[in-house]
Formats: sequence, structure tokens, C-alpha cells
Amino acid sequence: MIGYIFRRILAVVPVMLIVAVFVFLLLRLTPGDPAAILAGDAATPAQLERIRTSLGLNEPIYVQFTTWVDQLMHGNLGISLISNTPVAQMIGQRIWPTINIAILTIILSVAIAVPMGVVAAWRHRTWVDYAVMSFSVLGFSVPVFVIGYVLIKFFSIDLRWLPVQGYTPPSQDFGKFLSRAILPCLTLATIYVALIARMTRASLLEVLGEDYIRTARAKGVKERVVLFRHALSNAAVPILTIIGTGFALLIGGVVVTESVFNIPGVGRLTVDAILARDYPVIQGIILLMSGTYVFINLLIDLSYSFFDPRIRY
Amino acid sequence: MTAAPQPVSGMQTVLGMLSMPKGLRLGVGPTIAAIVLAIIVIASIAAPLYIPHDPLAIDALHRLKGSSEAYLLGTDAYGRDVFSRVMMGGRVSLFIGVGAAMVSVALGLFIGLVSGFFRAADALVMRIMDSLMAIPSILLAIALVALNGPSLWSVISAITIPEIPRVVRLVRSVVLSVREEPYVEAAIALGSSMPKILWQHLMPNTLAPLIVQGTYICASAILVEAILSFLGAGVSTEIPTWGNIMAEGRLYFQIKPMLIFWPGLMLSLCILSINLLGDTARDLLDPRLKKREA
Amino acid sequence: MLSETDRIQGDAPRASSRHWNRTARHVAAGLMAGVMLAGASMGTAAQAAEKTITAVMHSGLRVLDPIITTAHIVRDHGYMIYDVLVAQDHTFTPKPQMADWTISDDKTVYTFTLRDGLKFHDGSPVTAADAVASLKRWGQRDSGGQLIFDVTDSLAARDDKTIVWTLKEPYPPLLDTISKQSAVPPFIMPASVAATPPDQAITNHIGSGPFKFVESEYQPGVSVTYEKFDGYVPRDEPADWMAGGKVVNVDKVTWVTMPDAQTTINALLSGEVDYMEQVPVDLLPILQSSEDVTVEVRDPLGFQSIGRMNFLYPPFDNVKVRKAAMMALSQQDVMGTLVGNPDYYKICGSMFGCGTPLEDETGADTLINGGDIDGAKKLLAESGYDGTPVVLMQPTDVPTISAQPIVAAQALRNAGFTVDMQPMDWQTLVTRRASQAKPSEGGWNLFFTNWAVPEINSPLISPMLNGRGNDAWFGWPTDEKLEELRKEFIAAQTSEERKAVAHKIQAHAMDVVNYIPLGQFLSPQARSNKLTDMIQSPVPVFWQIKKAD
Repeated sequence: MIGYIFRRILAVVPVMLIVAVFVFLLLRLTPGDPAAILAGDAATPAQLERIRTSLGLNEPIYVQFTTWVDQLMHGNLGISLISNTPVAQMIGQRIWPTINIAILTIILSVAIAVPMGVVAAWRHRTWVDYAVMSFSVLGFSVPVFVIGYVLIKFFSIDLRWLPVQGYTPPSQDFGKFLSRAILPCLTLATIYVALIARMTRASLLEVLGEDYIRTARAKGVKERVVLFRHALSNAAVPILTIIGTGFALLIGGVVVTESVFNIPGVGRLTVDAILARDYPVIQGIILLMSGTYVFINLLIDLSYSFFDPRIRY
Repeated sequence: MTAAPQPVSGMQTVLGMLSMPKGLRLGVGPTIAAIVLAIIVIASIAAPLYIPHDPLAIDALHRLKGSSEAYLLGTDAYGRDVFSRVMMGGRVSLFIGVGAAMVSVALGLFIGLVSGFFRAADALVMRIMDSLMAIPSILLAIALVALNGPSLWSVISAITIPEIPRVVRLVRSVVLSVREEPYVEAAIALGSSMPKILWQHLMPNTLAPLIVQGTYICASAILVEAILSFLGAGVSTEIPTWGNIMAEGRLYFQIKPMLIFWPGLMLSLCILSINLLGDTARDLLDPRLKKREA
Repeated sequence: MLSETDRIQGDAPRASSRHWNRTARHVAAGLMAGVMLAGASMGTAAQAAEKTITAVMHSGLRVLDPIITTAHIVRDHGYMIYDVLVAQDHTFTPKPQMADWTISDDKTVYTFTLRDGLKFHDGSPVTAADAVASLKRWGQRDSGGQLIFDVTDSLAARDDKTIVWTLKEPYPPLLDTISKQSAVPPFIMPASVAATPPDQAITNHIGSGPFKFVESEYQPGVSVTYEKFDGYVPRDEPADWMAGGKVVNVDKVTWVTMPDAQTTINALLSGEVDYMEQVPVDLLPILQSSEDVTVEVRDPLGFQSIGRMNFLYPPFDNVKVRKAAMMALSQQDVMGTLVGNPDYYKICGSMFGCGTPLEDETGADTLINGGDIDGAKKLLAESGYDGTPVVLMQPTDVPTISAQPIVAAQALRNAGFTVDMQPMDWQTLVTRRASQAKPSEGGWNLFFTNWAVPEINSPLISPMLNGRGNDAWFGWPTDEKLEELRKEFIAAQTSEERKAVAHKIQAHAMDVVNYIPLGQFLSPQARSNKLTDMIQSPVPVFWQIKKAD
């Protein structure tokens, strides 16, 4: 078991290394010049050249790369070319809204989706099942920003129940945080709910067909107990997996949702940085996101043995 | 997408699997989906034959007009005919969807077969695929479009590249289990050439799950194109797509919600149908599911 | 007692008097609620006393050095926290701001005297040495400043209050240049900050302006907060554009960024923000129905939209082809498509903008009268144009430059040009326009942008009107006649003389098609009716403005 954990953690290293190289090369091959963006409309070519030199952009690529990796080894993500602020500080300022929204979204999604999936599996091939399945396909089929705008139009503009936009940290005013976060979270949750509800239903159906469930039922165990104690706990593994793999989806959704609802999170920071070719910021964020993704999936892998006693390494 | 390997030896059997099994009727949902999709596809392909206006013709005097006889769905911010743009946009959006699905399936199939069969390549290929999967696909796609400029092909490749690792993993998992099967080992022992083994024994087993995967990629590509357009990294509006029509209409959502509504409706209907058909295909093609449902 | 509680309690349900016990419970609950509410209302009272303006500017603030960049948002930031020696009023006349001046009889020695009471935000006094260091750093970045330093003999502090600027030869536009409000005004910083090399961004943001930069609340691209600087001593004259007394009537100003005009409008309508600098004209109907919000044009000059060709490569290295292209274009079509509502744009053939001292529409007949496609076709045939595709760069992510390429491409195609419209994001465009490669190999033939009118209202500051080849602005025309005319303009002593030379420059520049002016458009702003007395100038500034409770 410990050997497995060790191997699993070790396998992360080459992955992160390839991500780093890949992102670095991708960005340096991208046309676009941070110096031109920094200097504004009236800069002359000579001025641009001087700024490029002072930003270190005239160094050969391998020198830039080793400088960056060296910084990384010292825990330094570098300094934004545009705003001259340390990248770690920029991400630090912007990560909390994203994390808070993501956590609330996952809680909301699980709270909605798991019961939906359970009911759908329980009432397999009835209208309930079809309704849940239709909703889950719908959740996949409508672009996130369309959902966002429809929610804004309905709840904020027509009904005036919720604020249109913005973000308040939960530490400052939890009520305000909730009132502002609820629409973005609902927007983000649609796709996640669809995913988790489908997965819950499918794995429950699979488990419900197993012999020990039939035995339990035959022994007269209550349907509720069968569903929740026996079936759902066994279906936990695939549900967990989907939450992990869905993280990438969540990130994609966050980028869009943050633009729609004007949330000062990492998603908007990334899009802004890409459009401004702010290399250190893009590199830092992508590395961080990829690291988080790898870490979450690592945790999920390791937790399999906890949730499913049949899996042993 | 966890198709259990079946001892299949040849393309005929796969074709047999694809044809409708006896006694199994298509449900109401999939039938409607198939009809809706067929209408959208035909209407899009035939669009140049019937659209009333040049989808690119601008008219400063007729901006943001409501629907009228001349302009069925009104005009956009440049005075272009929304109906013509939506119908022509369907062509491009579907092309992006089908293109991304075909390219990612083809490349993923190739890489997956090689990786699954040649142990030497496997470790490296899989680490690269893991890395690609670790990068959030939307961010990767935006960066790729920024790299290549917002042309049609650059958007297709930006959507395709993040999808490839998923296809590779799928193909590889099938290959890994099939290559241990006695009949494949027998073929290897008998000295069949490697391409022949790949083609005759491994390809057919991967085909069914790939078709399912391909439909999902197609649906997701159409959606991702819309999101890229929304974030300002989509195809130029010289080439209308459902995504960039909506992205342009976004500014006018409150005064002219129809600019988002019509392409959004077409896009959602289209993706909905593709996803439903994908689900149906999976149920039909996945023998394990079929067994359980029976 | 009960009534007192109820009053504080407001909407809370009234106690029933039938049962003493219940009433007593209510009194207790009411008391508690009252105490809590009183605490809360004290909190709001304190907040109400502190007046904060929340504004959504045209773009996010990411760079904090107003000398290193020409971006408008950074200039606006500069006006918040820095002050300038000399500033222009609404007639473009230089007026004393931090300093008064005298000019020697031979017009070569300018002596500036700092006024009393000037302090930096850290409390230290502003000295002549600070001003000299700031001017020198600015002079290395700003193209107008470079011209002055070309003829500068010395610039030094005589004492703590006096700056002496000695020239080798008279330079009449000196005061106009150092008082210009855009794009890079010479903001005065502490000498230690101004010692930063001009190609590196400053890291210390202390100025002597009417507002202080709140470093702890700054999030690049998201929000920036300014606090009133209590130590600022405004001039006695009333404020007039950038000149006059900068009296601050609010405690704080916060600029927040929103990615989307509609979100901003909704936030303005619901009172979440007080001010929106730029409202897309098409969206005005949403705001006009509101009684709490006023839509107005703050900047009466607005922006000039322009098209610029590359003089180095065919087909636009040929003046006849350039003329044919200009003939094909119609300002009416461009502005009609870009803005729509004619209240917010002006057809204007003047390279120096309309509503400015040098306004002159010579040579713009076809542009301002709907274009002349037939004439363009004829001229194009005469020019020997061989069908070389025109590489037209189209920015996909900047709404105010979205219509120009589309309209122009259609017009040029109608006139017989082959057009290769290449979409790209704005950052790729600004990088690519700096490339002198062949259009087929990563270069370009034509692009569009917008200038604020005060940035092009004189041949001295207009970036396009420069004929120095490789040292000229993108497009790189080599135009000796233009350079001679510019020298003539610099030497002109009176405004009549300047106007006469400007007329010659307009005629010449239109004749060689230095660039194509495509019309002038206004950008309306929207403000909550709580805000009053905002200065109506091209630069949005936050002194003088008042906020009602």
C-alpha cells in the first residue's frame, strides 16, 4: 500500500515537468509581444526594443527557461511583465473567490445530483427517470454563458431577487457572499449536476443488479436501506471519480462564469493574462491548475481503497 | 465507454454490431433526436441554396432591427441578416464538430494502438497524455488559438488537442486487454505481421467505443467553439458560427435577446440530439450494458 | 418604552397587548433587536459619512507607471495621484498648476517657480529637484519631450522652489507640450522614484496629487482604490479641465473592472456602482428609462477613428492606390455601422479633429460625402494595381475597432481591390503592426485604430504626422515635405501663423494619404444622479465631483 502511494506520487513528477516544458514552449511560440502591450499605442520600435531587453525577453529561449525553472525550484513563480507584481501574490489575491465558488458549486451539485441519480435509478424506466436523464443531457447541451445570462435575466433583472454581479468574501459578510455566489454556482452546477446525476444513476443501476442486493431485497430489507446503505456506498467510487475528472470541466466553466458574473477570480486572471501575453502569470496559473488537477486525482485514486474495500494494492 | 473486449475477428462483425439488433426498437427520444439532427444537418448543408441574404453583407442603415419580411430573424449590430447567418453558421459549427471528432479519433486511435501494443513507447506516450490532460482544456485551447490566430483550422486543432488523450486512453485500455486474448496471442505466435494484427484484431474492438466517444467529442467541440468565441478566442465573424453569432449578440442581450436565443436554440437542439444518439449508440454497442438491461 | 422600541424596531411585528407574558417577551426581543439595529445603523452612519465613488472605467488598471506607457487608463491613474507643473484649460491654454513661470526676452530661458504648500503623500515637500528629475525621465519617453530635450541646453534646480530650463534656441511649443493632457503628461514624482530607468516600471507610487494610491487594496486588472489626500492644497482658481483648483469632495474613489458593458449597466441601475465611463451607444435605451441615472457626453471631442496603410510595400507604396482606397471609403458608412445613433458621431475630414483650434477639412471631400466608388475604380485602373492582395488586420476583441475593418473590406472590394482580411486579437495586432516584413510574410498593408482627439489635434503631437521613415509611426512614410512643414509649424509664433501652416499640412497629408480619418465619435458616460459637478473634460477626473447621500 505504502509502496503504491509512493509510486503514485513519484509518477506525478514527470507529468508536471512535461506540463512545465509544454506550457513554456507554447507561450514563447505564440506571436505577441508583452513589450508592445506594456508601452501602449505610440511607442517607437526603439522604445519597444529597450523594454524587451529590460524584461529579459531578448535572452535565448533556453536561458529564459532555465531562469524560470531555477526560480520555480526556489518557490518563486516570477513577476508579472505587465503589472510588475509577483505572480504568487496575484494568484493569492485571486484564488479565494475561485476556490469558494468551486467548493460551493461542488456541494450544491452533489446535493442536487446524487438524490436525482438515486431517484432515477430507483424509478428506472419511469417518467422520473426520463425527466432526470433529459435534464442531464440538457445540462451538457447548453453553453454555460447562455445559462448564466438566462439566470441573470430571470432572477436579477426581472425578479430583482439577487444582485447582478460581483463578489463579497464570505469572511466579510457571509449572507452577501451567498446572495452573490448563488447564481454563478447554479450556472456552473448545471453541467456538474448533469454529470454526477448520470454517473450516480448508472453505477446504482449496475450495483442494483448485483446478487447481494437481490439477496438483501429477498430478505426483506427496506428499500430505503437497500438504496442508501448497500447500493450508494458501493456506487461511491465512480461518483468520486467523476468529481475528480470533472475538475477540469469546472475550471473551464469557472473561466466563463467569472466573466459573466464579474468575479475577480483566477479564471479571469488567466484570460486577461493570455490576451496580454503576460507569460509568467500564464505559466504560473497553468502550472498551479495542472498541479491541482493531478493532486485531486491522486487523492481520489488513494481514497478508492478507503471507499471500496474490494480494491487492494 | 468501458467496452468489455469480445472475441471479434474481422470488420464484418463490427458492421454487424452497428446494424440494428433484431427486436430492439429505437425509443421515442432517440427517434426524435435523429429527426431533429437530420433536419438541422440538411438545412445547414443546403443553406447557400435558400438563404435570402449574403451572411456577410453589412448595412449601416438596418442595424439591430426586429424580424420583418426581408429579415426573418432581424439583423445584427452590423445590419447583417441573422437568419442567413444562423443557417450558414450551422454549416461551420457542424463542420467544426465533425472535424474535431474525426481528427481527434483518428489521431487518438493511432497513438493509442501504438502505445498499447509497443511497450517501449507506452510509458513516454502516456506521461505526455497525462500531462495534456492535466492542463485545463479551455485554457489550453485559448492559448492555442492565440498561438495560431483565430482561423477555422486553428480553432479545430485547439479543440482537438485536449481531446486526444481521452481517446488514447480509451483505445489503449481496449488494446491492453485484447492483446492478452488467446486468439491475438495465437495470431502473434503464428507470425502475422504487426499491421495485420493491429488492423484485423485490435481495430475492430476499439471501433464501437470510438464511435460513441466520437459523437460526444463532436457535441463538445460545437460547445467549446461557442465558449472560445465567448472568451474572444473564436473564429472570425467573417465565418459565422453559432458560437460567434452568440458572442457578438452578447453585448445586446438585453435589447435584442434573440441574437443569442436563435443560435443558442439551434446549438442546444443540435448538441442535445447528438448526445442522445450517442447515449443510444453506447447502450446498443456496449454489450455489458445490454446484457444488464435485458 | 414600548413605542420607543417599536420605533427602532421598524417593521418588526407589534406586540399583542392581550397577554402580558407575550408582550414582555416581545419587549425583550424588541430591545435586543433595537440594540442590534442601533449598532448596525451606527455602522451605516459611519459608512454614509465616508463617501466613496465606485466607478467602472474603460479598462482595467494593470500598469502603474504613467510615463512608461501611453495607455489612457494609466494616464487617468496618473491624474489621480500625481500633479503637473502646467496644465491646460478647456481652450487648450497652458495655466499654472504646481508652478508659475517667466520666459526670458530671447525666449530661451524658462523659469518655473513652485507654489507654496506642495507635499508628497509621505509628507515630504515637493522640491525643484523632484520636478527636474521627473521632467528628465519623461523627456526620455515622450516624443514631444524628446523634441524639447533635443534643443535643451540645461535643466536644473536653482533652489528648492525654482527650476530653470535653458534652451539652445527658442522652442515656442514648450509650454503646450509640457501642459498637454494626453497621452503622456509630465507627472511630478519624488526624485528617488524618477531615478528609475525610463524603460523600467516604477515600484513606488507616491505622488503629490489630490488622491493617494491605496496599495493594500490594489488588485491589478480588478480594482484600485484612491483616498483623498488631506495634505493637498488646491489652487484658488475654479477648476477648468486639468487647470485650476483640484478640490476633492469625496473620501474614496474605487475603480472596479467589469468585463462586460451589460453587467456594468445592470450594476449601475441597481446602485452597485455610481459611474460608468463608456456606455456602448446601442445600449443607451436600457439606461434612458431610468430616473436614477443620467447619460451624458463628458468629453465633447471624443475619438477619431483612423485607417493607416503601410508605405513600404505594394500596393500602398503607390500614392494613386492609396488615393483610390481613400476614395472608396465613406465616413458615413463607417460611423453608421460602428456607432449607429447619429447623435454620437460626427463626420469630420480634419486630421486635427473637429471642434479643435486647427480644424480643417481640406482634401476630404469624398470621405465626408459618402465615398466615390466609381472614382476609386477609375483611379485604381490608372494606378496599374495588379491585384496584389491587401492584408487587412482585423482585431476581434476590441468593440470600438470592430466595424472599421469590416466596412473597409467591403468598400475596397467594391472598388476592385483584392482584400485578405486577417482576424487576430488586438495584442497580436499591435505586435504585428510593428513588423516591417512583407505583407505576405507576416507583415501587413492596412489597420485601424482610434485616437482621443487631444492626441491628434496638432501636427506636433499627432503620431501619424511624422515623415521620418523608419522612425515614423507604423506604416513608416518617408515624407520630407511633411517634415519641413512640421518644422515650419514649430517655428510659427502666433496662432494665425500656426493655423496657416496646419492648413498646408492637412492639404499635403491628405494629398499623399498619410492616413485616413474615418470620423469622430463620442463616447457617452452614465452616472448615478447622486454624482454632480463632474469636470467635463476628455480625461475623467475625480476632483470637484460631489456625491449626495
